[in-house]
Amino acid sequence: MPWIDACATDDIDEEDLIRWDHAGKTFAIYHSPEGDFFATAGLCTHENVHLCDGLVMGNLIECPKHNGQFDYRTGEAMRAPVCINLRTFPVKVEGDRVFVEVA
Amino acid sequence: MSKRDYSPFGPDAKRAVESGLTAAEWYHTEVPRKVMKDLMARSDQPAIRDTIILYGSMIVLVAIGIALWPSWWSAPFWLAYGVLYGSASDSRWHECSHGTAFKTPWMNNWVYQIASFMIMRNSATWRWSHARHHSETYLVGRDPEIAVMRPPELAKLILNFFGIIDVIKFVPLILRNAISGPTPEEKTFVPESEWPKVQKVAIIYVAIYAATILSAMAWHSILPLMIIGLPRMYGAWHHIMTGLLQHGGLADNVIDHRLNSRTVYMNPVSRFIYWNMNYHVEHHMFPMVPYHALPRLHATIKDDLPPPNRSIAEAFREMWPAIKRQVLSEEYFLKRDLPPTAKPYREDFHQYVPGMMRPAAAE
Repeated sequence: MPWIDACATDDIDEEDLIRWDHAGKTFAIYHSPEGDFFATAGLCTHENVHLCDGLVMGNLIECPKHNGQFDYRTGEAMRAPVCINLRTFPVKVEGDRVFVEVA
Repeated sequence: MSKRDYSPFGPDAKRAVESGLTAAEWYHTEVPRKVMKDLMARSDQPAIRDTIILYGSMIVLVAIGIALWPSWWSAPFWLAYGVLYGSASDSRWHECSHGTAFKTPWMNNWVYQIASFMIMRNSATWRWSHARHHSETYLVGRDPEIAVMRPPELAKLILNFFGIIDVIKFVPLILRNAISGPTPEEKTFVPESEWPKVQKVAIIYVAIYAATILSAMAWHSILPLMIIGLPRMYGAWHHIMTGLLQHGGLADNVIDHRLNSRTVYMNPVSRFIYWNMNYHVEHHMFPMVPYHALPRLHATIKDDLPPPNRSIAEAFREMWPAIKRQVLSEEYFLKRDLPPTAKPYREDFHQYVPGMMRPAAAE
């Protein structure tokens, strides 16, 4: 699996996320309040809304359309109306760059 | 004969899906990310304050009503209690179903469950219907929460100021849910994993209402029903009054909330009862913004929206003639002018679905 250089660490505020598009797919990359980085699929599993416009609260991402929530560390669906877990992707930080291992 | 078919299994619903309308991206005003994050921020404090005021007022009012019962002197207290029970519960149900009223999830859930019971909506069903209402606002056949179907039935709208139509629909539905779970229509928007919850909630509701009715029979008094159940009727008028204004007389089958939703400036009492949902274009465009931040959101984006109506009365003067006109001409709708600072309506957003946004119908 290739590690792809996705963004700089300071491209994402703490407790926030950005959208990252790569090879025709869209992803969301998160910067947690603890300073860690995570990556998930970029679209909500409920109705394909981009999560990048949502709100990060602690370790949760809330979808901007229906307020469904996922734990972005595990992808687990945490609050209705989302029922299907979000796909997650491994992330590593080298220097000031964030790399995502895309499948 | 109506040309629109509001059934989820009808041709309008099918056309909305096949044309791509249901998957379309809605228009929204551009707001810088940092500003939006600030607006979306959650807080417990405003909703805790408002909930204490709401439930505290209800307890005081119902206590005075009981103390003065059966004197007519109790009537004003019942009327005030009724509005808090039968109308404020609508806005609490709504905001807590979004999960935005409180920062703490269990607080949202508790108020949501209590409000759902009071407003006579199965809490396990309506969470999903409201999700659909936001995805597909006023798309005919797809949105299960269209309050004014075209051509409008004025008698039903008026009867519902006393909750009559809602209660007539609720009673057989909750009994059916309690016996056999969700209906085929409900199954179109409630995921299968949630169907057992629909039945469980219905059984709890039926048990509470049965106990209330049995108490009334045992005591030979309607007093128990004045406290539980009937306020959904004698206090419904405020949420119907404000609810009709949300989308009444405006466009359907469009994907721009500026065309199908209405923002109305309201007095502080109505805003408390309604929990700021008078900022309805703003709410639909950005449903993650909590009720207490909607005035700030309005100030941020109002230059891109049609001018708000200045009062409830003024909004009714705009809406009611349009609704009456739709009785004879269901294609008619109000299209409000945008300020010069706004991005124009994009007709091409909507025109790929047959019958939508016919310019001749709009004024």
